[in-house]
Amino acid sequence: MSSNAITIPGVQINEKPWVDTLHEWVTTVDHKRLGVLYILYALLFLVIAGVEALIIRIQLMFPHNHFVSPQVFNRLFTMHGTTMVFFMGMPILFGFANYLVPLMIGARDMAFPRLNAFSFWLSALGGFLLYFSLVGANGLYGAGNAPDVGWWAYAPLTARAFSPGHSTDYWTLALLVSGFGSIGTAINIIATILCMRCPGMKLNRMPLLAWLNLVMAGMVLIAVSPLTAAQMMLLIDRYLGGHFFDTQAGGSAVLWMHFFWIFGHPEVYVLIIPCFAFMSEIIPVFSRKPIFGYPVMVAATVCIGFVSMSVWAHHMFTVGMNSYANSFFAITTMAVGVPTGIKIFNWLGTMWGGRIQFKTPMLFSIAFLFQFLIAGLTGVMLGSAAFASQLSLSYFVVAHFHYTLVGGVVFAVFAAIYYWYPKITGRMLNETLGKVHFWVFVIGFHLTFDLMHFPGLLGMPRRIYTYEPGRGWNTLNLLVSIGAFIQAIAILLFVANLIISYFKGAKAGNDPWDAWTLEWSTTSPPPAYNFASIPVVATRRPLWDLKHPEDPDSRYE
Amino acid sequence: MRRMRFSDLRSLWQGMVIAFLSTAAFAASEPANGTNIFTPASTPARMVTHLSVFVLVITGIIFVVVFTLLAYSVIKFRGQAADAGREPPQVYGSTQIEMAWTIIPILIVVVLFLATARVIHAVQDAPQPPGAIEVTAIGHQYWWEFRYPKLGVVTANELHIPVSDPANPTPTFLTLLSADTDHSFWIPELAGKTDLIPNHPNRMWMDPQRTGIFLGQCAQYCGVQHAKMLLRVSVDSPEDFATWVRGQQQPAVQDASVETGRRVFESNACMNCHAVGATAANGRFGPDLTHLMTRATIASGAATNTPQNLRLWIQNPNAIKPGSLMPAMQLNDADLDAVVSYMETLR
Repeated sequence: MSSNAITIPGVQINEKPWVDTLHEWVTTVDHKRLGVLYILYALLFLVIAGVEALIIRIQLMFPHNHFVSPQVFNRLFTMHGTTMVFFMGMPILFGFANYLVPLMIGARDMAFPRLNAFSFWLSALGGFLLYFSLVGANGLYGAGNAPDVGWWAYAPLTARAFSPGHSTDYWTLALLVSGFGSIGTAINIIATILCMRCPGMKLNRMPLLAWLNLVMAGMVLIAVSPLTAAQMMLLIDRYLGGHFFDTQAGGSAVLWMHFFWIFGHPEVYVLIIPCFAFMSEIIPVFSRKPIFGYPVMVAATVCIGFVSMSVWAHHMFTVGMNSYANSFFAITTMAVGVPTGIKIFNWLGTMWGGRIQFKTPMLFSIAFLFQFLIAGLTGVMLGSAAFASQLSLSYFVVAHFHYTLVGGVVFAVFAAIYYWYPKITGRMLNETLGKVHFWVFVIGFHLTFDLMHFPGLLGMPRRIYTYEPGRGWNTLNLLVSIGAFIQAIAILLFVANLIISYFKGAKAGNDPWDAWTLEWSTTSPPPAYNFASIPVVATRRPLWDLKHPEDPDSRYE
Repeated sequence: MRRMRFSDLRSLWQGMVIAFLSTAAFAASEPANGTNIFTPASTPARMVTHLSVFVLVITGIIFVVVFTLLAYSVIKFRGQAADAGREPPQVYGSTQIEMAWTIIPILIVVVLFLATARVIHAVQDAPQPPGAIEVTAIGHQYWWEFRYPKLGVVTANELHIPVSDPANPTPTFLTLLSADTDHSFWIPELAGKTDLIPNHPNRMWMDPQRTGIFLGQCAQYCGVQHAKMLLRVSVDSPEDFATWVRGQQQPAVQDASVETGRRVFESNACMNCHAVGATAANGRFGPDLTHLMTRATIASGAATNTPQNLRLWIQNPNAIKPGSLMPAMQLNDADLDAVVSYMETLR
């Protein structure tokens, strides 16, 4: 990455020793390098948590299997969930926000570069704290050495009576620390978008990616704070004799659920809205048309942001709220489907009448649309509170949220990586390998997560380390596990593509996709200062105007 | 660039459909006894099933419509080699279309909500009729305690309730409590699940309309052995239920031939956790053993109730249910046999 230095014609800069390069990366405050660090860090955790998922699936291949003990199984699903949400999902999306937002709004860096670096390292510390529990959590108790309370850590299982040792403390501290990092990044994204736009880029000319990340960052500010508060209350309970959640002393287990889910539900939108942002950039470029209904897309996103703050208790339809509360959360949950549906229709409207190019990013985007449609519809089923009394806590829910988080977030992230990798590295990812990756992953994904709905309908609860034969779950679970391994093969192909293309990929040039937003106007990879001179824009698609002076967008906006 | 052809998509789609149907058929051919949410045997479960069919039909229609639009766009508007370099007409939006796809989903949401709210109200706010059976279910780390306060019966893991004749309903109303962590009571064919949360009493009801054994298990993660916290509900005819209640109301059988076993039981820690009616043993941390032999399973359904399993369970609970809170009692063989013989008399 030493090519980032400004090259002066005729002057040869010697290759730097690797220690200097490492030092540069560790001390960097450049939004692009921090973005790449976020993404690499998240991919590392994707692989770790993926391996955990594979072990879980081996254990569940057969009824009464003895591959891992129940204790180990419980730690695996806790670590898998916590890692995927906090140390894979959020960092990779923050990474893209960091890398892309300044480039797309014509800025030279984020508003607070040092806060940016601080936030990244806090988030990273959180992840390493969580995994340090493997060696550090035994304490004096000989207790378990990794958190085993589930990623939502319901009270009172987290009380010291039920979780001796320090594993739960590592879980708490990891989330607390990375939560501070998330808040720092959210503040930074908001400040950057509101204050750093280039001349001419009014709010209604911002790329949708910037708009959606603005909404996401606002949601992080609101949602992460209750989680942080709850973690502190839990620490007070565990070490200072508090009784917030200590049911043995009159505390409330339900209070924790409210705290957790008023974070937890907006959190899933924090994860999916940046993916909507990727879709809103990629689908137009490969359909060769501007986004359909830009103002409606912005309004729908803001609407999702607001409504998703009032749906949290749909995770609690079984905890015995009264019928009015259940009805309220049923309608708010279904109501979120309306703006989400509008977004899907607008992407379809963008493709309609276009000339769709089936490059790898677009393949992943089309699969995203298909899978997110299904995930949304199973979400409506789960929002129907009475139906949810059968579905929730079962494998149907597990299938539903993996449909959103794998079928949605992971597919969108792959689309984004295939789309922006040329900008980040200067080289194209291999298109053939990319398509093989896509099809293998699609097959594995559907084998696993389509079939996973059915054990839930047949009464299989989640989070069980083994199950009874004779309930119609055996074959389904075996096939689900096989699908997981097919997905793992696809991920290996993807990692191979990342590495091979980094060294051998075709040179990308500034604008390999013939795209329209500002990041494609600078070199690939962009120089440290992004733009030699700050661009001035007149429309939402500045590069379209440059390429089509006879038919600029300014006539229509 | 190799373009994707329509035939590729179609064969892929057909392959997926065939794979899916054959899988479903294969899975359905497995013997399954009774945890399917679509074969309800009780009013609350049946109301949910009816609602679910309604919701599935509506979401199914939405899926077909949107999927058709998506597939049509992908196939119809794929780029052609002939128009390389030329851009399609640039369309920026349409207020009318946006209005349409905002208002139609809102109407669908309203319909779905009304259907849902009706079932929520009917299930949750149902009044308790005078003939109802009252049961208090208490979740413990990895087993269920059932108390019938009006009948003076205490049992564990296997709930007995009478069948409810719609003409003369005798539903069962459960009060749900927890002794430790969160649990969830779920018999898919009888009712949706309701959690058992410490300090937060909940209620649920069911009125099974056919006799038989109904299975389920704890649905809320409660600790190490969440997986083997199984539930069995025996729905009895009114006569069988009355007989069962009379049997459970009896004090423990006093059999002089197993006096040794009883002494071992009462001089070890067994009696700190387990109760045997009308003896010195009155512990409450573990299941009541007064009528242990009337139950088909032990260890909350983890093993069938045979003398061999009982012996193994007392000798080393971890062999059956690793992480169970019952300690291995380190009894010698003679004491072990004696205790098992004693247990076998507790009918």
